[in-house]
Amino acid sequence: MKQRSTFLFSVLAFGLAFLYVPIFSMIFFSFNKSRLATVWGGFSTQWYGKLFSNSQVIDAAVLSIKIALLSATMATILGTMAGLALARFRQFRGRALMSGLVTAPLIMPEVITGISSLLLFIMMAEWLGWPGQRGFTTITIAHITFSMTYVTVIVQSRLAAMDMSIEEAAMDLGSKPWQVLRDVTLPIISPAVLSGWLLAFTISLDDVVITSFTTGPGYTTLPMLIWSKVKLGVTPDINALASVIVTVVAVGVAISAVILARADKRRERDIQMAIAANK
Amino acid sequence: MSRANDSWFNRRGWRDTIITAPYLWLVLFFLIPFIIVIVMSFAKTATQSPPFAFLPDWPYVRFETYERLFTNSVYIRAGLISIYNAAIATVLCLLIGYPMALSITRANKSMQRLLLMLIILPFWTSFLLRVYAWIGLMGRNSWFNKWLTSAYNVLVPGNWELPAIQMMNTNFAVVLVMVYSYLPFMVLPLYANLEKLDTTLNEAAMDLGSRRWQVFRDVTLPLSIPGIIAGGLLVFIPAMGELIIPSLVGNASDPMIGRVIQQEFGQNRDWPMASAVAVALLLMLVVPLIVYNHFEAKAQAGAKS
Amino acid sequence: MAESEPSPSQGDFIRIEGVTKNFGTFKAVDNVSLNIGKGELFALLGGSGCGKTTLLRMLAGFETPTAGRIFIDGQDMEGVPAYDRPVNMMFQSYALFPHMTVAANVGYGLKHEDMSPARRQDRVKEMLAMVQLSHLADRKPHQLSGGQRQRVALARSLAKLPKLLLLDEPLGALDKKLREHTQFEIANIQYKLGITFVVVTHDQEEAMTLASRIAVMDRGIIRQIGAPSDIYENPNSRFVADFIGSINMVEADVVRVDGETVEVSAGQLGAHVKVLAHGWSPGERASLAFRPEKVTISRKKPAGAVNVLKGKVQDFGYFGKDSLYRIKLPTGHVLSVNAVNAERVAAEKAVATWEDEVYLTVSPASAMLFRSEA
Repeated sequence: MKQRSTFLFSVLAFGLAFLYVPIFSMIFFSFNKSRLATVWGGFSTQWYGKLFSNSQVIDAAVLSIKIALLSATMATILGTMAGLALARFRQFRGRALMSGLVTAPLIMPEVITGISSLLLFIMMAEWLGWPGQRGFTTITIAHITFSMTYVTVIVQSRLAAMDMSIEEAAMDLGSKPWQVLRDVTLPIISPAVLSGWLLAFTISLDDVVITSFTTGPGYTTLPMLIWSKVKLGVTPDINALASVIVTVVAVGVAISAVILARADKRRERDIQMAIAANK
Repeated sequence: MSRANDSWFNRRGWRDTIITAPYLWLVLFFLIPFIIVIVMSFAKTATQSPPFAFLPDWPYVRFETYERLFTNSVYIRAGLISIYNAAIATVLCLLIGYPMALSITRANKSMQRLLLMLIILPFWTSFLLRVYAWIGLMGRNSWFNKWLTSAYNVLVPGNWELPAIQMMNTNFAVVLVMVYSYLPFMVLPLYANLEKLDTTLNEAAMDLGSRRWQVFRDVTLPLSIPGIIAGGLLVFIPAMGELIIPSLVGNASDPMIGRVIQQEFGQNRDWPMASAVAVALLLMLVVPLIVYNHFEAKAQAGAKS
Repeated sequence: MAESEPSPSQGDFIRIEGVTKNFGTFKAVDNVSLNIGKGELFALLGGSGCGKTTLLRMLAGFETPTAGRIFIDGQDMEGVPAYDRPVNMMFQSYALFPHMTVAANVGYGLKHEDMSPARRQDRVKEMLAMVQLSHLADRKPHQLSGGQRQRVALARSLAKLPKLLLLDEPLGALDKKLREHTQFEIANIQYKLGITFVVVTHDQEEAMTLASRIAVMDRGIIRQIGAPSDIYENPNSRFVADFIGSINMVEADVVRVDGETVEVSAGQLGAHVKVLAHGWSPGERASLAFRPEKVTISRKKPAGAVNVLKGKVQDFGYFGKDSLYRIKLPTGHVLSVNAVNAERVAAEKAVATWEDEVYLTVSPASAMLFRSEA
């Protein structure tokens, strides 16, 4: 029963407008000539020029991307292992604690994660003499910790949905455990692992609260830089920076959506053909 | 040792590596820090570095922070404001998100894909920048505020007219931006739930004489309760502990609990108090989750029998 | 691995000795002993939860017996992991590797054998030709129809020429037409390769057409082992008689024994019935059973016959090649009777129709007696 309801569609239109009007407004005012960010003073691209020549912004962006690449990769490795452990090992000592540890960071408010990570680093410095200075390493460790559990959740649900007899079939055909993992399990869950990596990368790139607790002098990530500027009010150069980020993300998401949609369509066509051929 | 189910995942060396590496990581960098917070909440501030101390003798711990937590109105007030804001934001997200999710399920397949992408897209952009976008809109000089002000001035009697609506640094702004930021978290689980519903149920209800709103009330709504709960939790939980939004658009005299934790820890350097408030916040989050799990388990037990 | 060639059955190629499997407190397989000969096509038949799949998975090495031993070609399988057993399995879900082509799926098991790439390719080609899929070698599983996937799974599990092939509900996912065709194909391939097949199925027709011997399982134990005709015509128990095919079953008391002829009194039939049986004595309780197609139905009273019952046609269904009658006896009990429609006649001239009075005859050799089961 697919019927149109004016009410439903007007709420949908309102909701989408609600989601996008602020973003478009922000992009619009990034081309504002005036220094006053919210009053239109004519068209100009000067803020973009200033943005790309601002070494502070570039350095912060490079640091953020470095941290995000490293932490997403580590989080994917550890998170995938945890997902495999929880989905495929029926019993091991401390399984209940582990499944708790995997879900807890998802509901833990960032302030608490941030403070507790900072306290750990302070205590470690006190007792072990490490880390002497907080910065790149401590931020990365904190990011790995809270983003790996997202990877675990994704990988675990993919494994739960996977037909276990496929792994049994590989073993039945003579594969040793590690060969089953290499030839069958990992290739099949690889889309889930990839989306886990992307999610971990995004959360790391976006995080400001946990970073602000675990950072040290000289290590300012892009969100921290934005945070310190935003606290002082709205400025056109932040509008420009925001527009660049939004555009990059939108283009990336759109491209991957098109690729996914194509693959889906091809698959559907294949299935149709297979059914038709059988008749 | 029983070698039951001898698959790759049950052989010794592999098994141990796969379990131990993530386990150790989470224990070291998540569980131990959290235990430190709990222990810290039983200490007292001290003029030393790090700025806390325990009692020198048995029982070593002090309950002073928790006494203050329940007697000082600052903390109780912050807790209530947090619950209030999070609850209002959740309800508003539901009111907007439910019809949105329902109308997406009524579109055709490729349109559904596009609409879902539009809902998710803002989530992939920076959270901070989405808050920032609203700061631009809510300012006294912005086109949005002016537009809203003139609409308001038309509606109210002359002597109530305002030059501009005070939006920034209010609790209203906090709720508005939270609704904006968390709306996708409400729409997505609701969509996933509604999309799976069997449309022949609606046809059956209509066939048996129900009007369209009765079909919604008797069939669609009850079957979508799991989606409503999931979406509600996904909005309520992060909203309760929110720090960025109240810090940027909120009113410093009506702080949410996250902001109190940060202030105690940062400006006041009262680490034990910050820890105690953190423990309290966590308990406030865990309670609704336990209730949810309880109902979920009951529902599943019901489905099995 | 040695190529197996067809050879006459040796009674104990596979020996299952007192095998038990518990899952917690649930006994899935209860002290089962069973021998299967080389080159046999053997079926494990039973309803869901009867333990047939657990037994199969123990042969494959996915489950370890709680007690008992399994020998394959004289070798004790205890402690031998699934990947070292000379056994391959065709899974119910087919379990094809979704990310590999048809050829890669079929060749996967050969990678673990000491085999040159050229020989491996030849073997894959040979296997695909055998299941008539050579033209689809480069397809992925999702590009195949259900029947094609089934044949890829069969080719893959046979590629290593195992000593024993296990088939878990091999035809379960196919539609009726394809199923009949594939049954014969599997039987042909088995005959050609001479590999021992063990098939698990819940479908008695499938078991009957495929297998040379059938074991009927129920609640973890084997109720009867025998050729299909044995199990159908000479069931050893009330359970097997009831499980295989349809049957009329009534309670009876033995009243007289005269050599091979046992006379029973069946209250539900309101008559005495003579049965060819032995090992009974007067006064015993028994279940009297006869299959619907073993009953002769006629409008006139047959002269000189024994075991004649009179009844009224309550209902009948016309199935083309035969008709099924429901006959109500004067006692109120209803019997099922099958009659072959040997001649082309109009419906009104059929053997009988509603409310007709008819006579039923059951020959003493066709009726069976069973002891009641606890």
